[in-house]
Amino acid sequence: MATFFGEVVVAPSRAGLDEEEEAREETPEDREIRRELEKKRYRKIDVQWTWQAGGSAQEPLVCSRFIVAIGRNAAAFLSSFILDSVCWEVVGVVKLWNEWCRTSSTTNVLPTDSFCLFYRLISDPTVLLCQCSCYVAEDQQFQWLEKVFGCMQKKGLQVTILSTCPVADYKTQESTLTLVSPFLRALKTKEFQEQVCCPLLEQPNIVRDLPAA
Amino acid sequence: MFIPCDRGGDSAAPDFKGFTLLMPAVSVGNVGQLAIDLVISTLDMTKVGYFYTDCLVPMVGNNPYATAEENSTELSINAEVYSLPSKKLVVLQIRSPFIKNKYRPFCETLLSWVKSSKCARVVLLSSSHAYQRDDEQLLGTPLRYLLTPDLQEAVGGRMKELNWKEMEKVAAYPGISDTDKVLHIPGGGITKLLFTESCSEGIQMAVLLKFCSEGDNIPDAFVLVNYLNEWLQLIKSEVSTIHNSMDPSSPWKIPSSWRLLFGNGLPPALF
Repeated sequence: MATFFGEVVVAPSRAGLDEEEEAREETPEDREIRRELEKKRYRKIDVQWTWQAGGSAQEPLVCSRFIVAIGRNAAAFLSSFILDSVCWEVVGVVKLWNEWCRTSSTTNVLPTDSFCLFYRLISDPTVLLCQCSCYVAEDQQFQWLEKVFGCMQKKGLQVTILSTCPVADYKTQESTLTLVSPFLRALKTKEFQEQVCCPLLEQPNIVRDLPAA
Repeated sequence: MFIPCDRGGDSAAPDFKGFTLLMPAVSVGNVGQLAIDLVISTLDMTKVGYFYTDCLVPMVGNNPYATAEENSTELSINAEVYSLPSKKLVVLQIRSPFIKNKYRPFCETLLSWVKSSKCARVVLLSSSHAYQRDDEQLLGTPLRYLLTPDLQEAVGGRMKELNWKEMEKVAAYPGISDTDKVLHIPGGGITKLLFTESCSEGIQMAVLLKFCSEGDNIPDAFVLVNYLNEWLQLIKSEVSTIHNSMDPSSPWKIPSSWRLLFGNGLPPALF
């Protein structure tokens, strides 16, 4: 659709459900391919912890602070400024597959790999960090969430989520060309009582996908 | 599915027995959702909880109905429930699209929540592709209604008094004259599924829909919400016609989140 200025904006289909979709004729081969794809996606979200860390539904990980970096930029920020092999150790990995990426099977990853790793601060093992540079598809986000947080004790837990969005997506009265970027914005729950280091995200901006989940 | 808000001292879950549940279908032009935004914003409804569901794309933002600095920092997510006990009204707002293959599970969970919370009836606001109308539907009002058999007895008469038009059934195989007539709501999202499920489960449901196209759907939302108001009388309106759209004296309050729907300001360097 064209905006008032004339540039063409791709508006994704809003209705979502096409009636024809349900009655679609599928060949047996299509059906088989679809079933295999679904099995691969849903079966393959797997959270594995190293034996020292523990972490399971029966024996939840004791965690006071959990920092999650989602996306390549946020993951790179942690790699550059926070993580090092002296103070942090790898304690877990999430393995998943979707049509856009497959997570790397090693913990010795390159910045260009897709991976989702958990680290623990050696001096304070209740501080956990997650670097998630792989793309988690929308139908896998809920499962990722349940599997990761299902392993953790939630009482007294403070969660910080780091992610990035393109400046072009930021809605503001002025043009984004005149904005000084990069800039920070935050969203917080009402239980978070500490000082936030930057302004809160103004309406009508929203956050989507895994950070939102 | 439904998680009540923690309201501090009052720890009892809200009681919706006998209430009317008003909700949108995610449909063409998002008209139902825009209309629901107008209802929540105008009636200044209180959030009482949300749906914890894996059927909708996750999203989060700050309060979309903020009127001042003080109330602008409450988080808001993709499926939230608001209530106005004085009008026995509970409203569900859906803010993101459905995830593929999750329409049916959502409908089933929703309807079982409707039954367990003992809502008296459900009113679904929706829309349908304007370009799929037949010759007769091109003339006259673009608004339609549907009632499940259980609600037909109670309010069918009122619809006749209001001179409303029921959604027509269409031939299952267009062009062949002696086929069965079926309900067809193109672009309606989960409307048809929810309606047919409600019919078979004995739930009192009304569907109010407008024929429209994608684009600036704010006028469509006003038309639909005024249509709803003709029946439910949520607000007083002296002139309740379908032509009352973006009149500055309109009683409906536009929420602050409707700003910048069509993009940011222009770069001054352009001129």
